[in-house]
Amino acid sequence: MRDVAIIGVGLTKFGELWECTLRDLFVEAALKAIDDAGVDHIDSMYVGCMSGGLFVGQEHIGALMADYLGQGPIPASRVESACASGGLALKSGCIEVASGLSDIVLVGGVEKMTDVGGDECTYALATASDQEWEAFNGITFPGLYAMMAVAHMHKYGTTARQLASVPVKNHDNGSKNPTAQFPQKITIEDVLESVMVADPLHILDCSPVTDGAAAAIVVPADLAKKLSKKMPVKIIGMGHATDTIALHSRPDITTLGAVVKAAANAYKMSGKGPKDIQLCEVHDCFSIAEIMVTEDLGFFEKGKGGPAVEKGETRIGGKIAINTSGGLKSKGHPVGASGVAQAVEIVTQLRGEAGDRQVKGARIGMTENMGGTGASAIVHIMEVM
Amino acid sequence: MSVGIVGYGACIPRNRIKVEEIAKVWGADAPSYKKGLELREKSVPSPDQDVITLSVEAARNALLRAEHVDPTEIGALYVGSESHPYAVKPTGTVVAEAIGAVPMCHVADLEFACKAGSEGMFIASQLVLAGSMKYAMAIGADTSQGAPGDALEYSASAGAAAYIFGKDKLLAELLDSCSYMTDTPDFWRREYQHYPLHAGRFTGEPAYFEHTLGASKAMFKKAGAKPADFDFAVFHQPNGKFPMRAGKMLGFKREQILTGWLVPQLGNTYSGASPLGLTAVLDVAKPGNKVFMCSYGSGSGSDAFIWKVGDRILEVQDKAVKTRQMLDENLRYLEYGEYAKFRRKILKAE
Amino acid sequence: MSSPRNWREYPRRYRYEAAVCKKCGKWFFPQRLVCDSCGHREFEPKRMKRTGTIVTHTIIRTPAKPFADQAPYAMAIVQMDDGPRLTTQVVDLNEGQLKIGQKVRLEFRKVNEEGKSGIIHYGYKAVPA
Repeated sequence: MRDVAIIGVGLTKFGELWECTLRDLFVEAALKAIDDAGVDHIDSMYVGCMSGGLFVGQEHIGALMADYLGQGPIPASRVESACASGGLALKSGCIEVASGLSDIVLVGGVEKMTDVGGDECTYALATASDQEWEAFNGITFPGLYAMMAVAHMHKYGTTARQLASVPVKNHDNGSKNPTAQFPQKITIEDVLESVMVADPLHILDCSPVTDGAAAAIVVPADLAKKLSKKMPVKIIGMGHATDTIALHSRPDITTLGAVVKAAANAYKMSGKGPKDIQLCEVHDCFSIAEIMVTEDLGFFEKGKGGPAVEKGETRIGGKIAINTSGGLKSKGHPVGASGVAQAVEIVTQLRGEAGDRQVKGARIGMTENMGGTGASAIVHIMEVM
Repeated sequence: MSVGIVGYGACIPRNRIKVEEIAKVWGADAPSYKKGLELREKSVPSPDQDVITLSVEAARNALLRAEHVDPTEIGALYVGSESHPYAVKPTGTVVAEAIGAVPMCHVADLEFACKAGSEGMFIASQLVLAGSMKYAMAIGADTSQGAPGDALEYSASAGAAAYIFGKDKLLAELLDSCSYMTDTPDFWRREYQHYPLHAGRFTGEPAYFEHTLGASKAMFKKAGAKPADFDFAVFHQPNGKFPMRAGKMLGFKREQILTGWLVPQLGNTYSGASPLGLTAVLDVAKPGNKVFMCSYGSGSGSDAFIWKVGDRILEVQDKAVKTRQMLDENLRYLEYGEYAKFRRKILKAE
Repeated sequence: MSSPRNWREYPRRYRYEAAVCKKCGKWFFPQRLVCDSCGHREFEPKRMKRTGTIVTHTIIRTPAKPFADQAPYAMAIVQMDDGPRLTTQVVDLNEGQLKIGQKVRLEFRKVNEEGKSGIIHYGYKAVPA
């Protein structure tokens, strides 16, 4: 298997993009990545999209995007792993390059969530849970994570203020991100006083509904410098794991088993450990998710994720910078795109192009993307070449 | 050869609304309603409760009191109601599925205003008596609506009672029964209408009293019985006054009627009314007690029953929740707004 | 939800029928074709007892469309006495009863309905025991 590297990245603005269609968004991000990489063609593409069907009535998204991208009759695959669809697209593209089957693969993710009303959006997102045995009985996504939060607070003493510290930090980072959906800073009080969505999660503990797309170009590492003038970033580790679809089937509701396993695989492949990671984009769909993920990736002891974020250990300049982009909370969460957007941020940071939110001396970064309540998790570790 | 009750169970929702709460919205005089109807509050089903759910829980309670009964041996199941959730598709099939009586079971939904429950009891007991099947179940359940602002709004309530009939291990033997009916249009609801209509004072003497007294007197004659023979008497209870007056007219004493007189704090549970009065009696009855029961359904008709309580009653009373417990404990009082929301009286966007 | 989809779940939703692995004895609700503990493929049907304990909980204030009128409502993961866990609404609560460790019992309730003319979906909800 060959080593692979990312040589180009692209991102649309994230937000309520009323004028843009699903295909507009993807093509915009894809063209930016292609231009950034400086390649004149692509061999194959992967599109991560959670639910074109429920949001805009569109399936067959691989073929659709290949058509609108005007790249000729290339193979194009839509991959789905709920909110980890983007991460899965990245992993799939890497494998195709690593295997030698293709040299230049476009990986991207897109979601168009604002054409439907709030009720329908909640319904579409709930399809990432167990439809028959969780969603049917009335649970929502915030509800599932809220139950994880209640269990985590009961077992480890995590507090509401610690939960609120996550969106506060992420908005602080997002205020420095020009493509963020919500770049405004917020306070702990803002979070705690905002309307409750599912106890104990307030609306400001929850990532928003967003339209957007992200893309990257993946090539063999030894061709990277020949194909592009930009600094390439090598993918040194990948991990992908699953867990039970239903939250209630897990023996320990406070641990994301798929994240632990995926991280273990990525660490093993890369020969690195948690201490080597300087920055990480994690899947903060809800504040409690970020706290649990930072523990399950091994950055903090189990149960200590809350105190860590409260003390500032995960801000830019802290022990490990988590979600320098602003995270899903401030940057936005177009579900299918997020996994690729995380990679775009890490590449930008490792290239030293992150401006006000630059992590100094960033050499090794990580992305953690997960689907549903952690029934799937995909981790990538990247290093400057 | 005898037939009787081998298991009984009830289900009453926990929500209540007081007469005062309804009266204040419609500008009515609460004290005079309370006095005139002899009732102070009624039960209200939660939005997730309907005749099907109440029937299932009542049936489950009946099976808890008849642990020896294998549900697959229940040969017939009838649910009588005037608020079946579907106009077409039986309540009874859902109940049969939920208790596991499927598939060899005759199921039908019954309707005869407030006596649909007792007529199920009549049919079920006769099928078992005839030897056609080992066990049969009858349920009376309602979540009836009263038209907003109408007198019936103060009393139309929700509840269910379920009975399993068999030939042995009887809790109460059915000694005799009879039915008395005429075509008397005192209260009705046309297809596709949301609320029933009634003929005012005509619902009294020519309707409730004619049939209750008619059936009761015919029952006394047929069985050679008289009021003093009975420890308890249960009548249909659309309000507090009618059953007491009917009982008095027949020669019963107030004390005989009190145990099964639930309406002042429950309201009129329609097809559940006299069946629930009977569950309340069975909860406290002693072996050897004799119970007189007479239902009434508008349209009109009455079913009368004479029960003799058996020894086994003492073994089963505590095996499931008692009627009194559901009447007195764990209550939640509603304001009119929440009541109107629960009962879907509020116009919403389509 | 379509009629067949609702109908096929009656044994589970109405009668709490679980499947017990014939090899290792693990209870599954709903049933599986493969035991995720020991890999065995044969199961015995058994009805669960109705009682259990709350393991975690929340109150939903922004419901999905089918539950729009019910908000706010409580939900919990319940550890059934027989072993399986399930996710369910909790109703008929009094103050202080929505807590980890609360004993509950499953009751037959209406879960939702398809508008005014579609079918009604029945299932289980937990009530404090």
